[in-house]
Amino acid sequence: MIPDNDTGAAAAAGPLLRRGPALALFGLAAAAFFAYAQWYGLNTGPERDMGHLQKILYVHVPSAWIAFLSFAVVFLAGVWYLATRSERADELGASAAEVGTLLNGLVLLQGMIWAKPSWGVWWTWDARLSSTLVLFLVFVSYLALRALVDDRERRARWSAVVGILGALGVPVVYMSVRWWRTLHQVQSTPSTMDPAFATGLRLNAFGVLFVGAFLVLLRRRVARMDAAVEAIADERALRGEVDHVG
Amino acid sequence: MSAHPSESGAGEISRILAVAWKDVLMEARSRANFAAVVGFAVLMLVLFGFALGPDSRALAQAAAGVLWLTVIFSSVLAFGRTYQLELEDGALDSLLMYPGDRRSLFLGKVIGALAFVFAVEAIVVPLAGILYGLPVLVALPDLLPIMVLGTIGIVALGTFYAGMASRVRAREVLLPLLLFPMLAPIVIAAVKATDVVLIGDAIAERVNWLGLLAGFDAIFLAAAYLLFGAVVED
Repeated sequence: MIPDNDTGAAAAAGPLLRRGPALALFGLAAAAFFAYAQWYGLNTGPERDMGHLQKILYVHVPSAWIAFLSFAVVFLAGVWYLATRSERADELGASAAEVGTLLNGLVLLQGMIWAKPSWGVWWTWDARLSSTLVLFLVFVSYLALRALVDDRERRARWSAVVGILGALGVPVVYMSVRWWRTLHQVQSTPSTMDPAFATGLRLNAFGVLFVGAFLVLLRRRVARMDAAVEAIADERALRGEVDHVG
Repeated sequence: MSAHPSESGAGEISRILAVAWKDVLMEARSRANFAAVVGFAVLMLVLFGFALGPDSRALAQAAAGVLWLTVIFSSVLAFGRTYQLELEDGALDSLLMYPGDRRSLFLGKVIGALAFVFAVEAIVVPLAGILYGLPVLVALPDLLPIMVLGTIGIVALGTFYAGMASRVRAREVLLPLLLFPMLAPIVIAAVKATDVVLIGDAIAERVNWLGLLAGFDAIFLAAAYLLFGAVVED
């Protein structure tokens, strides 16, 4: 039972919480679009060299693109936070980092599934693969830091810093291994691709983008709720209604 | 902006050196820590030797990687410690209350840690030369700039992340977790450059690894310096 008068933070979370139905609708639309994009991709003919194995590219490549985009958002949110100390910046950064890490993990898994039949190995120390793995580990450590720091303000500040440096390390890792033996093929361009494949890829890129955006928004909503719950607990503890904050 | 002497460039430099000197002095007064870290590094070299087997060609091939991993693992012990000592009795809080740019605290700590790690390397590198059969002394003029640049990169990032990790529960896990992925470019460039010098790796030679290493150092040192204020601000 929460009396009306005690919840500054909970009241601040109100507008976001009321947007629940709109968010659910957006999620449904994103899922439907993604399903359509997958259906389109799966209905393109088999590719000349790779046959139906090529279909994995409709999730592999878009996942990689949107993972990179998410990490760019983490970088920008970090700069935003350090400049303004806005809690919204921190929540955006944390949400984008979680979604980016998820997609990055999927990229690695999908790549391995593709690599075994094509290259004969699950893993090889190729430049692209190694830098993608390092990127994944950088953001796993970002999430570990978030989980281990309890103080909200300090967690936000440190996450911003680690997110900025982590995103900075990515192009550096990528450049540093460019001269290694590189097995991963160079990206195809629309001009070297059958138009049906290019359309399938584009549709799926937007599909993953929409689903990713939905997850980020959903995660932000959860973060708002957490903040509201924490604030309520703090206020009640201050008034002596409970003996300690769990 | 201000003409106050404590905010001038010279004041900043003396502040940086004071922090570095304090850290070096603390290590020098209690030699037990240094001895323990050197002992740990020697142990690493020996265990890697066992793990790789007695084949001397295989040992020479792996030596550069072993050497840099040994440097990294032993430096991590030093990074955590410099902040650990500051946190006892709230020494860090008093340090932060001194006037001037807090980032001079970072540069001071970097210089102090560099002195420590260089001292460890002065013992570990010749020993690695003996154990792994490498022409370390002959190659010293070429090896020295690589060791210096590689160590600067490791120490800059290590000192930066330890500023956070040492104040968190599970710090023993968190510091390597944060630090090691970020060290990837430094490790790659340092190991490749060392390979070129020690065993004349023809494939690695095509890239100017030393130049890359200097570039990574510049990027990470500058970024860590700029962001350090947000790490210690409490």
